[in-house]
This record gives sequence, structure tokens and C-alpha cells, in this order.
Amino acid sequence: MKMNESQKVKIKARNVTVHYGEARALHGIDLDLNANEVTALIGPSGCGKSTFLRCINRMNDVIDGCRVGGTVSIDEQNIYSDAVDVVELRARVGMVFQKPNPFPKSIYDNVAYGPRIHGMAPSRSELDHMVEVSLKRAGLWDEVKDRLSASGTSLSGGQQQRLCIARAIAVSPDIVLMDEPCSALDPIATAVIEELMEELRRDYTIVIVTHSMQQAARISQRTAYFHLGDLVEHGQTQAIFTNPENKQTEAYISGKIG
Amino acid sequence: MTDYSDPDFRAARLKKRYQAEKRFRAYGMAAIITAGLILVFLLSSIIYSSLPAFSHHHVRLDINISEDYVATDTPEEGNYLGLVRAALRDHFPQVTGRRDKRALYKILSIGASDAVEARVKNDPRLIGTQISLYVPLSDDIDLMLKGLIDRNLPESDRIVSDRDLAFVDKLAEENRIERKFAFALFTNGDSREPEMAGIKGALAGSLWTLLVTLIVSFPLGVLAAIYLEEVAPKNRYTALIEVNINNLAAVPSIVYGLLGLAVFINFFHLPRSAPLVGGLVLALMTLPRIIIPTRAAFAAIPPSIREAALGVGASRTQVIMHHVLPLAMPGILTGTIIGLAQAAGETAPLLMIGMMAFIVDVPTEVTAKATVLPAQIYMWANNPERAFVARTSAGIVVLLTLLLVVNAAAIYFRRRFEKRW
Repeated sequence: MKMNESQKVKIKARNVTVHYGEARALHGIDLDLNANEVTALIGPSGCGKSTFLRCINRMNDVIDGCRVGGTVSIDEQNIYSDAVDVVELRARVGMVFQKPNPFPKSIYDNVAYGPRIHGMAPSRSELDHMVEVSLKRAGLWDEVKDRLSASGTSLSGGQQQRLCIARAIAVSPDIVLMDEPCSALDPIATAVIEELMEELRRDYTIVIVTHSMQQAARISQRTAYFHLGDLVEHGQTQAIFTNPENKQTEAYISGKIG
Repeated sequence: MTDYSDPDFRAARLKKRYQAEKRFRAYGMAAIITAGLILVFLLSSIIYSSLPAFSHHHVRLDINISEDYVATDTPEEGNYLGLVRAALRDHFPQVTGRRDKRALYKILSIGASDAVEARVKNDPRLIGTQISLYVPLSDDIDLMLKGLIDRNLPESDRIVSDRDLAFVDKLAEENRIERKFAFALFTNGDSREPEMAGIKGALAGSLWTLLVTLIVSFPLGVLAAIYLEEVAPKNRYTALIEVNINNLAAVPSIVYGLLGLAVFINFFHLPRSAPLVGGLVLALMTLPRIIIPTRAAFAAIPPSIREAALGVGASRTQVIMHHVLPLAMPGILTGTIIGLAQAAGETAPLLMIGMMAFIVDVPTEVTAKATVLPAQIYMWANNPERAFVARTSAGIVVLLTLLLVVNAAAIYFRRRFEKRW
């Protein structure tokens, strides 16, 4: 039953192009991302994987001179249609960034911010509960439960990143986008977050951009390899890493280019 | 060819580099020390020359508040000057001639009767009794007693005559003369008599003017900066606006005065010499000086904070109001306060709208006639009486203190709102 559920397509990208001014960053990407799976986007720097990730919650909208073409559908609804409100979309599609970026507020306020602005917690006790659940899910609760009023920026890098994950899942999104979430962390903090992702994928669809081949192999069910704005290959992670169809993919994952 | 691996060559290079660094440090320190010495010299010379203005010599007179001068039923119409003069005359029974009497009266300040008048109006039961009161001496006598006029000069070379000296010496012998703190400097408005001239009117005028400036320029400036930096698309129109704002910051301030005269006074018929118009003119001048640092403060907020907020579904307005604005607040407040401090020291634009004026009354509203501190200082500096020299420096000290307070506030707010991430 789990298997069937995981086969359900959550995000459907069709002919997605992105221009930054005159420069084209993505050349017509077609990609399906399944629910309750971790999909890893890999490829050399500047290949467009982060750009593609940012199409899924329309974070590219805020960049001046950035134009997105094609369609990205979540649950069969094109998120680039006029009917979709971008603020509501971003509440459904959470995002964790490369560098941990907690607000310079307390740990509690960091997590409570999303529920507050969306009016999700009518009472203080419900908000307390939401904060606790989110921090527990992010595996941070035991470390911070006695100092929720301490500043979010006082935590270590790995804790900050888990705080950002807690903040993202506090608004109960369907999808969590992660843009190289471990690149600023040491191996121990990375291991904690990788474990967490395995946990989280039961409830969320996760898309992660990573530069670490090993990480992609460890955590993802599917992998998509990008090169110079093109989607070169996409498939089961195991297949991609053991038996890539494309020469370029093979060269990249074996460390010959990139 | 140079052998870079030669130890002697490398040692020589190293020595040269250390020497260059030492020299560089020395230049920097010399610059700081020079600037510091100039500042210390400037401040100490201003403070030193202002000191005489903070005290004034008074004479203690036993005043009979007789009904000949002040009627019980109408104390406000009393001849208080006559009262004081009569009290002074009692000490000099030998003075009888009209001219001698007039000379005697001149050792007192014109404002000598103010204290008596205030006391009696406050408590009419004093009429018919005798009170002992310190009344101010005239400015020339005061300067002589402070040693700023040399009494050993020949009589023709000094402003205080031998006859005046005799009067004062007799009062001094009776231990009636005392140097007291010059409250008049802080409680009075302007006056032609240096000992009665106070800074209160100009200080109040400055504060009213700055209040108008703050109320107008702060919200306008911050909103303009938010719009330009956070909301407006980056195109050639906003670029044009940006260039013009930067240019406005460099426009000579007198131009704003002309603009204020043409627009606020001649077109809108707002009152002349009023803090309202002065404040509006200074607000125009201050606007770019608020907009520019505010935009810089916004630009300095790391984009990661905006992304974080957008990522959890905050709207553009929420990102600004919840995150960017609070984080930019220290920079905005510092810019605003420094802009206001500049406005507080501005004279040129106020020339054009009649705030460089001799105004005795302390303004109590923004439409009252008023002058401002720097204008007051300039006017005092132009007065011929010698006692105004110290008054001028005292005015500068008050202005500098005001600016110091304002800057301290800037530092306080900066610390208070500063957050690290």
C-alpha cells in the first residue's frame, strides 16, 4: 500500500524554461516528482538544479528580470496560473536554504512565525503545541526545550538548520524543498539531517539539491541529473548510480567532470 | 636576476615591509592626534569664553514696597522700577542731582525690577512690607567686576566711569554684591540688554522647528525608502528618482529656503518667522538625508532573511513589516537623528523665511514667531555690547549640548534595536 502511494505523482513539470534577463537558465524541463519520496537533483554548479527547485515554490518570482515559462503542477493544479496565490503556495511548499537562516528572534518565534501569519493557531496553547510538534519532528526538541526563548541564531549550525526545517514544517506543507541543506554543516550534523529526511518523507514530498553524490545515493529514491540547463537523466537512484544510461551522467557521478 | 631564495634578500624585504607598516601606522596616528588636538582647542576655547555668561553680579537691595509705587488693588500697574531705584537711592543719600541719579540708576540692569514685580504679583500681601532681594547689575558693571573691563585704565578708555566705580565700590564694601548663576540665560527670551538676553526663546523655537521637521520628514522619508528599495521595480524611472534624491542631498540649503519662501509663504500664505514653515523647509532638506541611509539600511539586510520569510509564506508586506523594517531600524534611526542634527544646526534656509529675527517671546506653538539657536548665536555675535561675546559662546555651548544629546540618543537607539545574526 505504501508502495502504491509512493508512486503517486505529486509535482509535474512540463517544458519549464527560466530566463534571467537574456540568459536562459533552464531549457524546457519535463520532470515528474513522486509523493512521499526524496528526489535528489544533482549536477555541476550552474546547471540549473537550484533554479528548478525555486520554480516549485515560485521563489524565482522575487528575482528581478527572472521569467518562468512552461507549467509546474502540484496535485494537477498549475501553480503558475493566475488562480494560485503565491503566498498560499509557499505555505504548502516549504523551503530550507543552503545557509541556515533563522530569524534573529527566539527559537519559539522562529517556529511560530509561519502558523502565526497564516492564522493557523487561534490560541496560545495550540501554538505551543504546534511549536513542540514541529521541533520534535525536526529532532531538535530535546536540545532546545529548556531555552525556547533563546535566540535562534545562538544555536550551532546543525541545530540552526534543523530549526529552519522545523520552521518550514510548522505550516504543514505537502512538499519540502531543500537547497543544499547540508553544505554548510559538518558530517555529524549532516548525518542527523539525513536521518531526519528519511523520517520526514513519510509525510512530505521532499526535493533536495545536493552536491554530494554520496548524499544523493544515501537518502534519495529518485535522482535527476542536470547539466547546463538540461535534464540529462532521471530515474531510480539505484539505477542512476549503478547503471546510468547517459555518458555525461556516468562521467559526473564517477567524478570525472563536475 | 634576483635570487628570491637568498636569505639576505628576503630579510631586507621583510625589514622594508615592517618599516612601511610602521610608517603607515604613524601617519594614521598623526592624523588622529592632529584632529583631536584641533577639536580640544576649539571646544576649550568656546567653553572658556562662554564661562562669563553663566554667572552675573547681583546687588542685594532692601526694597520697601510702598504703596506710593504699587497700589494694593492694582499690583500689575505698579512702578516697580521706581521701587528698585528708590531702594538703591537709599544707599547713596548724597546723590541728589538729576544727572547723578540717572548715572546711579545705570549701574542696575533694565531688568532689575523683574524679580520684584514677579514676587509682588505672586503675593500681593507683600505690599507695604520690606523685602531683601538680589537684583542684577548692568552688563558693563558685571564685566568690570569679572575683570573683563580693566578698572585701572584711564577713565576715558573705559566704559565704566569713575563715578560708577565709586557707587559699585561702596555697595561692595557693604557686602551687597554677589556673583550668582545667570538663570536669565536659560529662562529669558532674547533682549537688547545682554544680561537679560536668554536662550530659551531660541531653544524653544529650535525644538518646535525640529518637531515639525521630524513629523514631516520621518514618515515620508521612510515610506519613500521602503517603496524605492523593496517594492518599486528596478527600471529607468526609479533609477532617475534615485539619482535625483542623491542630488537633492547635495543642493545648497539656501535653495530650500528660497523654495520655502516661494511655496509655503507666498503661495500657501503660511505665517512668516514661524517654526511651522521653518520645520517644513528643513523637512525638505532632511528628506534625502533620511531616504539615503534608510535605503542603505534596507540594502544591508541579508537576502537570506527575506528568503526565509518568503519561504514560509509571508507576503511582501509581512516580510517588510516583520523582518526587514525591525532589522533596519537602527540604521533608519541613526540616519534620521543625524539628519535632524544637521537640520538643528542649519541657518541659511531659515534666513529666507524670516526666522533670523529679534524675537523676545518664547514661542509656545508652531505658528508663533520664533527664531532658532544658530540664528540666535549669529545675531548675538553681531551685537555691539561686549557682554554678548560670552553670550554668543554660551549659545554655541547650548547648541553643541543639544547636538550631543541628539547624537547620544542615536547611539542609544542603535544599541537598543541592534540584533546580530
